[in-house]
Amino acid sequence: MKPKFGVVVFPGSNCDHDAYYALKKKLGYEVTFLWHKDTDLESCDAIILPGGFSYGDYLRTGAIARFSPIMEKVISFAHNGGIVMGICNGFQILLEAGLLPGVMVKNNSLKFVCKDVYLKVENRETIFTGFQNEKQVLKIPVAHGEGNYFADKETLKELQQNNQVVFRYSSAEGVVSEENNPNGSQMNIAGIINKRGNVLGMMPHPERACDPLLGKTDGTLLFQSVAEHMVNV
Amino acid sequence: MYKATVIVKRRPSIVDPQGKAVEQGAKMLGFNNIEQTRIGKYIEFYVNVDDRQAAEKEINEYSSKLLSNPIMEDFEFTLEEVK
Repeated sequence: MKPKFGVVVFPGSNCDHDAYYALKKKLGYEVTFLWHKDTDLESCDAIILPGGFSYGDYLRTGAIARFSPIMEKVISFAHNGGIVMGICNGFQILLEAGLLPGVMVKNNSLKFVCKDVYLKVENRETIFTGFQNEKQVLKIPVAHGEGNYFADKETLKELQQNNQVVFRYSSAEGVVSEENNPNGSQMNIAGIINKRGNVLGMMPHPERACDPLLGKTDGTLLFQSVAEHMVNV
Repeated sequence: MYKATVIVKRRPSIVDPQGKAVEQGAKMLGFNNIEQTRIGKYIEFYVNVDDRQAAEKEINEYSSKLLSNPIMEDFEFTLEEVK
């Protein structure tokens, strides 16, 4: 079985083609774009909500995209156990849609942060990280103005208890500390999954770390994990 | 018809980096008495119904579903009848 990915295109998405390129040209998977006004997931096995500025980030990041016609299908797909991966703006959309807990606020520096960061893999038993047996720290770029993850104490506790925190900002050696936190996120959170484990949201951009020409390829591990999982199911 | 004015405020427990930055500007300008700056949203629109209760119901739903995120924000609104 050849896994098929669907990349949703919202007005204002700008990492949709990067995701397509990484999945198709670099990893050789089947990929299709899914238009935000469509209501058919075209029998995709995994859905990617890409980065960008859907609907201009008006009102709140992801707030309007969350009500796109395609999102209704994505939400029921996720509720039925379908694999959904929200990257950057895609993560913000997942939060607005209530598929993941918490909210994003402006980076505490008030700056748009665009640089390579290191991510400590906190949970290696997920659909998205199963492939990373030997790697505990990934080098993947971030590019966002609102990636400052916030949730109330109870939610944070629950996330920890259920091992839902998948990635935390760290040093190259995997040390999680305030100086390695690019945006002020609580607990250095860079990526979380839902309780069921089929929905991932992350601020860093794995699709931008898939081509050796760009100097880093750790992003491939995530997509390979997902593909591996789909083939084995 | 009613004219609605909705104000969306960030909960006190949620950090407001924008408010902080604006307050820094206030200090730079010498407004030393300004404190606890918080930035919210002001949204106005018309509701094309004749009944006040119906208008309130619709605004409540609209505000909690789209205009605000209940996880971090509260909203309040005023209504003004337009002839």
